[in-house]
Amino acid sequence: MTPVKKKSPAKRRASSKHHDPGRFSVAEMENLAERLLKLSDADETEVEIDLSVDALTRFANNTIHQNVAEHTLSISARVVLDGRTARATTNKTDDDSLRRVIATASSLARNEPKNPDLLPLLPRQKYKKVDHFVRATAEATPEDRARAVARVCKFADKQKQTAAGIFATGYGRALLANSKGLFARHDHTESEFSITILEPNSSGWAKRGSANVFEIDPDALAASASHKAATSRSPRELKPGHYTAILEPSATLDFVGSLFYDFSATAVHDKRSCLNDRMGRKLFGDNITLWDDVYHPLQVGPEYDGEGFPRQRVLLVERGVPRNLVYSRASAKKMKAKPTGHGFTLPNEHGEAPTDLVFAGGDSSVAEMIASTERGVLVTRFWYIRDVEPYEKVITGMTRDGTFLVENGKVAGGIRNFRFNQSIIAALSNVEMLGPSIRASGEESFDMVVPAMKIRDFHFTEVTKF
Amino acid sequence: MMQEWGNWALDTARRRGASYADARVMDIRQREISTKNGEVGNILETETLGIGIRVIANGAWGFASTDRLTREGVQACAAEAVSIARASSLAKRENVSLAPEAAYVDTWQNPFLKDPFKIPVERQIDLLLAADTEMRRVKGVTIAEGMMSFKRIDQLFVSSIGSRIHQLKMHSGAGIVATTFAGSEIQKRSYPNSFGGQHALQGYELIESFDLVGNAQRTAEEAVELHHALQCPEGTATIILGGSQLGLQIHESVGHPIELDRVLGQEANFAGMSFLTTEKLRKLKYGSDIVNIVADARLEHGSGLGTFAYDDEGVPAQCIPIITNGLFTGYLSNRELASAIDEKRSNGTMRTESWNRLPMVRMTNISINPGQWKYDDLIADTDDAILMETNRSWSIDDRRYQFQFSTEIGWEIKGGKKGRMIKNPSYSGITTEFWNSCDAICSREHWTLWGTPNCGKGQPMQTMGTGHGASPSRFRNVRVGVAFSK
Repeated sequence: MTPVKKKSPAKRRASSKHHDPGRFSVAEMENLAERLLKLSDADETEVEIDLSVDALTRFANNTIHQNVAEHTLSISARVVLDGRTARATTNKTDDDSLRRVIATASSLARNEPKNPDLLPLLPRQKYKKVDHFVRATAEATPEDRARAVARVCKFADKQKQTAAGIFATGYGRALLANSKGLFARHDHTESEFSITILEPNSSGWAKRGSANVFEIDPDALAASASHKAATSRSPRELKPGHYTAILEPSATLDFVGSLFYDFSATAVHDKRSCLNDRMGRKLFGDNITLWDDVYHPLQVGPEYDGEGFPRQRVLLVERGVPRNLVYSRASAKKMKAKPTGHGFTLPNEHGEAPTDLVFAGGDSSVAEMIASTERGVLVTRFWYIRDVEPYEKVITGMTRDGTFLVENGKVAGGIRNFRFNQSIIAALSNVEMLGPSIRASGEESFDMVVPAMKIRDFHFTEVTKF
Repeated sequence: MMQEWGNWALDTARRRGASYADARVMDIRQREISTKNGEVGNILETETLGIGIRVIANGAWGFASTDRLTREGVQACAAEAVSIARASSLAKRENVSLAPEAAYVDTWQNPFLKDPFKIPVERQIDLLLAADTEMRRVKGVTIAEGMMSFKRIDQLFVSSIGSRIHQLKMHSGAGIVATTFAGSEIQKRSYPNSFGGQHALQGYELIESFDLVGNAQRTAEEAVELHHALQCPEGTATIILGGSQLGLQIHESVGHPIELDRVLGQEANFAGMSFLTTEKLRKLKYGSDIVNIVADARLEHGSGLGTFAYDDEGVPAQCIPIITNGLFTGYLSNRELASAIDEKRSNGTMRTESWNRLPMVRMTNISINPGQWKYDDLIADTDDAILMETNRSWSIDDRRYQFQFSTEIGWEIKGGKKGRMIKNPSYSGITTEFWNSCDAICSREHWTLWGTPNCGKGQPMQTMGTGHGASPSRFRNVRVGVAFSK
């Protein structure tokens, strides 16, 4: 992004009232929803319309090699007919296509068995306001992105390094309405800058995402990635084993990211959550507290779920004890609980999940974690994380783009990347220090608010060739 | 109308100063059905139609896409693509140049017998629910799940060099899974493959060939039995991989490293790079002498998820020798990158997920050629090994060297016979060491063209279907059991 004098946050946050994504105004989208609802003769009908404009500039080898923009529209109708429900989706707005989408959903519904868990559609709801739309992000141009990319490529050239990454900006509007009078709308913007800096035998990485493009500083991210690449040159090979691991926030994010669906009431009901038979019992360390909170200032999600139920702030883990799950309306009824506003768009078999996770942080900086470590491994990011054992929550993955040996309180140079096989439950019982929680971005999980963590006895099982 | 939209795009791009332009109009229809414990989970039909326009202007790339298919909408999209290309040229190092390719005017569709969209949805649901019932008859099953998906892609490619290619692809897939929770352990078995089942470029006849109902009970029983099975030992062992697991092994440790865009650093920030740097071409001993792997998009290879007549930049489908008698012999390339390996022509692997995504170098059908062994003879010839089947977990580093796989189930092979069941089987290794340890590959009668419907790559992320022909094969001195080591 071209340097622009930063305004105060209050001024930078502009209302979305007068900014229409692509070709549709709010009124036109509402009109489209009305047309669909009128076309349907089902018992009940729900309409979801998503409009988005996304652009992404991609660079590698210190040059732009891909620069794309897309304008997309999705019009989706769910009908309810005699205790059955089905969905059809199109991106065409002519009357015939709208009639067809209703007819397709109705035909699918008529041909399926009754769903005993199906609940009537929700009437109009009251929502607590969130503001996730920043005009400057919506108005970013290909030239803005290209100029920022040209600058970081030039910087990499000067350092005799090679840069690769993306600069993406986008905006969209989601609208949810139903035949019972429910109406919900979420306007949002998003921006993301991610950079990898390469040297012949090392690399460094940095990434930031935000609704506000002015909160992203490509030059600072490039400098950080460059420094990691330079300080991890000629990595040495360390023997696999149990080490104290210092996870920077992006590494924490991707490590704990595999845990989110375990807090789904449906997952517990299906006995595929690691929390099955473990609710209310001490599972993690005292210093682990976790919420799902869409109203947190660093979160960006909509204030309602797939059925339009208002999202609640839910305390998931309190001082190491799993306290609550999140519920859709159907799972709440089945499990005699209250819905929390985390249901997925219906129909689906997965139920719900928390998607705006916030981990309680601490006050230790990464520098303090390093200074307090006799021998350990500092991890910038993880890669290719997959479940190994779902109940003990053992996951595997690799370190990537900046893995360092810490010795006697100092970073002692780069090391070859490790594979880990580690239980998340065990790791979260071994957290010795926590940093302040920030909105972190990775590649394996959606963005969350998480801290850096110092974890003892982290199991690195094998080492690769670089 | 597709042709008209394409013409509007090319005309506008040309008028705005593009030196090259191509456009893909894609009309995609999908149906997804899933069931869980006797109920329909998801039931959805989706259609999407739009145009993606790619141009070179000022020597740089630009791409824009839209679903506003009026003359004004398409022309605005083409103009945006040119303006993006001009912005890209702010950070260019050299002008983009494309390897020569002829212009083609052609129409093609993959053969299929039964259009899955014409099969009543009730019949499709009934089949999944019948398999579900069979699985839940087995005591100990906590979740029975079934899934079915179909995709019809009707697409027109036009380019400023005069190509006009119309292709219709029909993709079908289905599978079932039984999950069991007992004690402190979750196990599962899937059929005919995990993570969505088996997929191919075929019609509903593919689903009927699976006999989901007939295989449901066995699938469920194995999931329950796994709780009482022997834990996979930790150490070094001979392993025999089932065909679908070997297919995924090929995907991760051969298919991705041979993508030339990765090799040249274009994926460095996300999917990663490759250990197969260009000086290794025709020099690296990738595997043992019996290992022969091809990338074959032609229909004669089979109706796989990587089968087509032309790729998404108008280059005809080809068969590329990737590993020849163990020697590394080929990359997957495109018109822009072919010259980097001194090739005069693209080998035709540019593919796109949808109209709103840029085509990129992608696997087609990356398959190991069948060997000579009958399956029973291979087992009889093996004194001490672990047979591993059906993927459960997969992970590999960002240069595709070090990998770790787990499978749903395993069996001891002792004295040439299949013995006790093994739970939590896993193996790991370094790509070239692993492929050089291959000493037996089963014959054509055991070879299946497996489909991987969910390969992710690129930014913005694109999901693509790829094919992997494989038959059970044996590997020596492989590290096993590390995933569960303490």
